[in-house]
Amino acid sequence: MKLVVLLKRLPDLVEDLEVDDSGKALDTEFLKFTLNEFDDYALEEALLLKEATDGELTVIALDGEDVDKMLYTALAKGADKALKIENAGEASGNRGLAGIFAKVVSSLPHDLVLTGVQSAEDIDGQLAPMVAAILDEPCVEVVTQVATADGGVSIHKEYSGGVVAEFEIDTPAVVGIQASRQAPRYAPVSKVRQIQESTTLETVAGSAADTSVFTVVQMTPPETGGGAQMLGNIGELIKVLESKGVI
Amino acid sequence: MADGILVVAEHLGGKLSDITFEMLGKAKALSGAGGDVTVLLIAGDASMAAELGAADTVAIVEGDGLADFNPESYGAALGAAVEAKSPRLVMVGYTAMGMDLASTLAVKRNLPHATFCLDVAIGDSITATSQCYGGKINVTTDLGAGPCVVSMLAGAAPADAGRAEGTPSTESLPAPASAGKIRFKRLIEPEAGDVDITAQEILVAVGRGIGSKDDIEVAEDLAEELDAAVAGSRPLIDAGWLPKTRQVGKSGLKVAPKLYLALGISGAPEHIEGMKSSATIVAVNSDKQAPIFNFAHYGMVADLFDVCEELTEALQERKG
Ligand SMILES: Cc1cc2nc3c(=O)[nH]c(=O)nc-3n(C[C@H](O)[C@H](O)[C@H](O)COP(=O)(O)OP(=O)(O)OC[C@H]3O[C@@H](n4cnc5c(N)ncnc54)[C@H](O)[C@@H]3O)c2cc1C
Ligand SMILES: Nc1ncnc2c1ncn2[C@@H]1O[C@H](COP(=O)(O)O)[C@@H](O)[C@H]1O
Repeated sequence: MKLVVLLKRLPDLVEDLEVDDSGKALDTEFLKFTLNEFDDYALEEALLLKEATDGELTVIALDGEDVDKMLYTALAKGADKALKIENAGEASGNRGLAGIFAKVVSSLPHDLVLTGVQSAEDIDGQLAPMVAAILDEPCVEVVTQVATADGGVSIHKEYSGGVVAEFEIDTPAVVGIQASRQAPRYAPVSKVRQIQESTTLETVAGSAADTSVFTVVQMTPPETGGGAQMLGNIGELIKVLESKGVI
Repeated sequence: MADGILVVAEHLGGKLSDITFEMLGKAKALSGAGGDVTVLLIAGDASMAAELGAADTVAIVEGDGLADFNPESYGAALGAAVEAKSPRLVMVGYTAMGMDLASTLAVKRNLPHATFCLDVAIGDSITATSQCYGGKINVTTDLGAGPCVVSMLAGAAPADAGRAEGTPSTESLPAPASAGKIRFKRLIEPEAGDVDITAQEILVAVGRGIGSKDDIEVAEDLAEELDAAVAGSRPLIDAGWLPKTRQVGKSGLKVAPKLYLALGISGAPEHIEGMKSSATIVAVNSDKQAPIFNFAHYGMVADLFDVCEELTEALQERKG
């Protein structure tokens, strides 16, 4: 099976996020980036499929800070090929990114494209269904497992309350991965370094179209409403639990 | 001319989901500026239509391949409905089903789209407020005059406002042919677990802050003192640290205990969706910026291990 995984980096949500002076964008000066956690699950599910089908796996990402490391790590985990999209200009949001990815994917033979179900900055839509719509391929979001089936794949899609729907999809297709059958594997640092020293990443030229679908009016930390009443020590916490009649 | 609001109804197992009423209530509130409200009911039955009294019109699509939700056939039906009605605003739930529909519609029909929406307003242009970066930043966007699409977060608006009585007109829309590249096979119901977390008075909920499977023990010790059960956020379940039946949130279970003690949970919208109705929420997180503090009634900026240990000891001492 020919597999393609789309990887996207994202501001690390564990860090403090601040809005810049314009009030319309994140302050990027101290921003740390990390791989979208759902893309990591997509990569794991793709690796499992590659192993099960003796397949071929290509990972693709847009160039940017720390992207080389992200791609070398994917290679260390077992991807066959890593493609870095360069000179795509400033992709405006996911709609723009979907166009750039779709163009590259359309030039690759592929059965299944996998990417994360969402990312925390998907203001203008999710990548998987947008890439699929541009490629005119079928797509299912919120997928938790993929297996091969006659003429395509069989997938599980998760609804609320743990209810799961099973679908069969003709390939080529795109899926948005929510979780993989097993936790994402770990790539030892030494292996990543070894790959980094012995491999050069392939690059491909991107092309950005003006795809902004809205204008940002403002970005603000959420109003805390009443906000939580902050407690300073365990004694205060015990008092709260007593007053609520739970202890 | 684009006019009116189209609300995409969602149902599973013959029952309309809350998100439908939440969006309908919001659409009603916007209808002064936004025009008539039409609910699109794909493969719904008469009893569902009867529950949609708050709408001006219920547009029903029936046809082959629509009996169960299917991203392809439902997508095509939505696309055709948007073509037929040309609404100024399309409201879709940011749910497992809505995620298949909204982004596809936006690209196929080249419409502006905002997801993660907490709120939407209609004036000369349509503006939406989205909850982004795991709940750390809200982004307000201007989507232009319309037509456009918004994906509404569950729980962003009260469902009650959408449950009004009324006698909407009904119309039937044709079901377009679908290529049949996606085929629904079956629904798989979850297996029952050892503990029903929806029936507990107290839940000790742990998140990724716990760090490892072995450390869940500290939460279990505390839960024992509190006569509580241990629940968790999604990443712990995906990592296999807790069974699926302990998952709280969008794709897990909705809980509303007397006390929800959230330990090392950041407060992503998908988690909040499952526990925000709890009577008392106490959050412990080492990050003072964690969004969970916007939803909790009480908060402590602290290491969850210190809190677990000290609280367990204090409770043991009280019992003597
Ligand atoms: C379609 C869909 C459905 C989803 N369904 C669900 C769902 O049902 N339930 C769910 O929970 N999520 C769900 N998610 C995932 C959700 O988006 C978040 O990824 C998840 O809720 C994050 O879990 P978390 O808060 O435990 O982890 P994180 O966001 O990583 O937060 C960990 C927190 O622990 C804190 N911390 C770290 N160490 C300590 C310490 N020693 N002491 C105190 N605090 C500490 C950190 O400051 C951080 O705030 C869903 C996502 C999607 C896309
Ligand atoms: N999944 C979908 N979501 C929304 N609209 C769709 C979808 N599939 C098809 N359509 C609509 O159907 C028409 C034909 O699309 P296509 O099948 O891509 O040629 C387009 O104008 C779309 O509006």
